[in-house]
Amino acid sequence: MKRTLWISGLLILTLSACSEPTPRNKAVYLLLDTSGTYTRELDKAQHIMNYLLATLDSGDSMAIARIDSGSFSEKDIVAKTTFDLRPSTANAQKRVFKRKLDDFVDNVSKGSAHTDISGGVLQASEYLNETGAGHKYVLIFSDLEEDLVKGHIRDFTIPLSGINVIALNVTKLRSDNVNPRDYLQRLDNWEKRVGEGGGMWRVVNDLERLDRLISN
Amino acid sequence: MYAELLTIWSDQPGISLAIWLAALIFIMYLGRKPAHQLIRSVGRTIHAAFRLAARSTMSLETRLQKRNAEVILSLGKDSTERSIEREFHRVNAVVSRDLSSYPTLHRQISDTINKIEEDYHSATDSPPLPPAWLEAVESIANIPQSGDATVGRILESIKKTVKQAHAETQKVYEKSSLERHKLLSGMQPMWRKLALVLGQVKDTIDGLDERSKLIDEQMETYQAIRAGEERASRLLTSSSLTQFFISGLVLFIAILGGVINFQLIAMPMSEMVGGTSQIGPMRTSDVAALVIIMVEIAMGLFLMESLRITRLFPIIGSMDDKLRKRMVVITFVILTILASVEASLAYMRDLLALDREALTQSLSGIGVVEAEFRWIPSLGQMTMGFILPFALAFVAIPLESFIHSTRTVLGLLAVVLLRCIAFVARLLGSVANHVSKTLVSVYDLIILLPLGVEQIFTGTRRRRENDAQPADSVTAVIKE
Repeated sequence: MKRTLWISGLLILTLSACSEPTPRNKAVYLLLDTSGTYTRELDKAQHIMNYLLATLDSGDSMAIARIDSGSFSEKDIVAKTTFDLRPSTANAQKRVFKRKLDDFVDNVSKGSAHTDISGGVLQASEYLNETGAGHKYVLIFSDLEEDLVKGHIRDFTIPLSGINVIALNVTKLRSDNVNPRDYLQRLDNWEKRVGEGGGMWRVVNDLERLDRLISN
Repeated sequence: MYAELLTIWSDQPGISLAIWLAALIFIMYLGRKPAHQLIRSVGRTIHAAFRLAARSTMSLETRLQKRNAEVILSLGKDSTERSIEREFHRVNAVVSRDLSSYPTLHRQISDTINKIEEDYHSATDSPPLPPAWLEAVESIANIPQSGDATVGRILESIKKTVKQAHAETQKVYEKSSLERHKLLSGMQPMWRKLALVLGQVKDTIDGLDERSKLIDEQMETYQAIRAGEERASRLLTSSSLTQFFISGLVLFIAILGGVINFQLIAMPMSEMVGGTSQIGPMRTSDVAALVIIMVEIAMGLFLMESLRITRLFPIIGSMDDKLRKRMVVITFVILTILASVEASLAYMRDLLALDREALTQSLSGIGVVEAEFRWIPSLGQMTMGFILPFALAFVAIPLESFIHSTRTVLGLLAVVLLRCIAFVARLLGSVANHVSKTLVSVYDLIILLPLGVEQIFTGTRRRRENDAQPADSVTAVIKE
């Protein structure tokens, strides 16, 4: 009887040790709209990135990509990294990351002709799923007005299962002022698309309230 | 259902209720005697059961108290034995250090005394005797001069010779006196030395005397413990309680020290084992930091055991002296290494904090500000990191006291608890008994009306019987 108890205890311990731990790390993919007049908003994106760098920790992943005419491409990724497990190395990686984004923002001279947000979101989804992080976020820094190149097909459901999609700084267009329903319609459309893909949708326009952006 | 029952006798609930009540009271009146018996027997049974429980609990409490006394006397005996042993060790140390050289000391004192005696004898004053012929010459010299010049010259010559002989004798005497003085002054340091040696012997003997008094006191306590005296048990319990609170306080301080230590090394530990991996709900770096602290405490325990300051592990205490000394060295070296690791981790923590601060400043757009006197907190953290492990090593001493005194405190608490249980059981038993008595009275109160009627009838019949009894007796007398 005693022996059986011992063996059972050991088995329980072994099994509990072997069970797959739930990942607690985060992965963030920041999409920056570089089309048209939105390029003027990029300095705000730097503010967001600084907040993210200060918030993310060892083991977390982060990538920044631009939204241009055809965003479903690795070439559009400006910088990506997974922070090292050692805090000192992670700090060094953050410095490098910041420098890369600063260079990118400084060198953006003119905006792209078209805006392929869906392609960027799809690319983000792929990247985030590859990281295997416990909490995945796509931050879209854009006015959400999609303008695809003729022939590009994006009218399908984007797989976003378990991914939080957060639209940041969704600026109102000139036409939105004439008919605000366009703006609301745009947000509704995106919410619907994200919901269909299995993701969670949020909009954060007040950049002073970033503290709850990627909180669990 | 209830409404139907209520209107079974009449459509008016009041009347129906009254009929129900009357029926109930009547039934209760009929079953009065068995109901009384039932209530009283239930009350008595509960009372007896609780009394039995109380008695059993008190018996258990007595046994526990006896066991507590045995444990505390055993602990006291052990502690007193250790004290006596320690005192004997000290006496042994004094004897082997100071009195082992006593034969040499004795010889030294004897030699010194002999030397002083010899010198004393040598220093005896013995005035030199004049030459033997001097008396004859003196007699001739004292002959009165008859005026003869030749005789006068001879006598003058003799006088001169006598004076010369006196002067020479005086000179010899002075010389010998000087030598005696030299001898006497040479005796002075010997006296001092003798006094010093005797003073040392006196101090040693006094120390031994004090120790022997202490041993006597300890022996008295030991004898009282062995005899199982109540006073000894009380004193030991009181001492144990004091130990419990004092060691508890020291352990609390040690825990605070441990928490500070943990804070010092947990963050830099993530540089070694990674900052994200987890063991259960805890981060691996935190677990690693805790393990280091626990290992330090364990090393401290082993060190104290090896030094025979504590006696938590009898196997270490009973080790061969050589092996035990090796263990002292090994545990001390490990402790020093761990302290050095902690000091370096504390320094790394400071560097990491500095780096993080610089990064935050750069991310928020503020230029990196170089703080002045940064070396002071760095040095402070390193020192703390080095000292805290050694401080934690001493936790073994209060821990031992705490463990020993906890047994006594828990025993006392268990006794108090058992007493409370016995009291509550006795109280509940009495309450059940009295409640049954009250219920009997309440029962009678409910059936007051039929009881009253019964009493009236019983009273009337009794009166009638009493009235009829004298007439019957008169009739009997007449018949006779």
